[in-house]
Amino acid sequence: MPDPYSLRVNGVDCEVADSDLAESLLFVLRERLGLTGTKNACTEGECSSCAVLIDGVLTCSCLVLAATAAGQEITTVEGLGDGRDELSVVQEAFVHEGAVQCGFCTPGLIVAVHDLLEANPDPSDGDVREALSGNLCRCTGYGRILAAVHSAASTKRSQP
Amino acid sequence: MSDVVVARSLDEAQEALASHPDATVLAGGTDLMVEINRGLRRPRHVVGVAQVPELRRWSVADNRVVVGAGVTYTEMMTTPLADAAPALAQAARTVGSPPIRNAGTLGGNLGTASPAGDTLPVLAALNAEIVVTGPDGERRMGLDDFVVGVKQTSLRPGELIVAAELDRPTGRQEFLKIGPRNAMVISMAGLALVADHDARTVRCALGAVAAGIPRAREAEAWVAERIDWDNGASVDDGVADEFGSRVAAASSPIDDHRSTAAYRRHAVAVLATRALKRAFAEGGADDA
Repeated sequence: MPDPYSLRVNGVDCEVADSDLAESLLFVLRERLGLTGTKNACTEGECSSCAVLIDGVLTCSCLVLAATAAGQEITTVEGLGDGRDELSVVQEAFVHEGAVQCGFCTPGLIVAVHDLLEANPDPSDGDVREALSGNLCRCTGYGRILAAVHSAASTKRSQP
Repeated sequence: MSDVVVARSLDEAQEALASHPDATVLAGGTDLMVEINRGLRRPRHVVGVAQVPELRRWSVADNRVVVGAGVTYTEMMTTPLADAAPALAQAARTVGSPPIRNAGTLGGNLGTASPAGDTLPVLAALNAEIVVTGPDGERRMGLDDFVVGVKQTSLRPGELIVAAELDRPTGRQEFLKIGPRNAMVISMAGLALVADHDARTVRCALGAVAAGIPRAREAEAWVAERIDWDNGASVDDGVADEFGSRVAAASSPIDDHRSTAAYRRHAVAVLATRALKRAFAEGGADDA
């Protein structure tokens, strides 16, 4: 077995032991660190259900070799709420607008929407569609998701 | 996999490759990790280069643009590179989705050397020089000498792609691509076209319609003689249509799971006609 390495996830240093070096960050987050909010679907970057932020950059965790992320700041969907039991504005908006059906794509969408609103607090429909173009949802038809993003953006803008 | 080295400088990357010349270089992971995840590849040694600052640099001069191998598609679209190499930005814009463009790099596109690599026709049309470094020092070569077959390069063991140096011609640049939707699409046919008003030439290269990245040299020479360079550099519709047919003749497409040879040949003709008209639409000479 290779030497253990450490990943910084949601502000906490986590040791990854007894792992295979060929493991993706997605696999390590779920199977080694127990952070199952990040979803495993296509494992080839097609669906974005495994999206995380690495040093603030939106990334498909399935396409990151976990060992290469040592020393970087990794934020998963579990790290986005204000507190452990609090939902973020984006998460609240998804609940209230009915933007969740089976829920499998939702964590990746939540991370991508956080990333979008960080850069663009007042996105147009086109901006939202472009930002979420890599997130596949097979239930909703995207209409409620679009509504949730606009609702979250509006709530965030009204906050001091 | 017995070791993973995360290089933090060009020296570190070169040292790691010198000790394991058979090592696999990992940049953004958008190609390599797909193969690792599926169990199709299991490299013994991996050298990660995404955090090598020297590879992430780019520069723009009056007549030359240098793009480091580690520059991402997002950076090609959002930095001053987008003005200096507009076709590169257009090609980057068609790659994958935002998270894919945040990860994927120019060097990765070159190293994978797929005929459908979206930046490759742009590099060919901009007369790119590919800069590599390795145990025997630096080598420079044109794209033709770098991409030598489907997913095959002339990189030697221990060598690393450092940068691509591009021309900066005075004229419009176009990149066009065909696929089933706008996002997350691997090209069924792609084309880059560049107008050079000083040299009075047109340069056109094709993606996903041959084993390599062919330049349509016969069509380039033919059309350059039919452009009225002295009077606003305009192009007749008939010339643009004929140009499309001549460009398509430079393709040698195949039938596969993404498309058919016949459709690709047709598509590349349409793209060539469209790109030429756009490059020489009114004002084309003025904003050059």
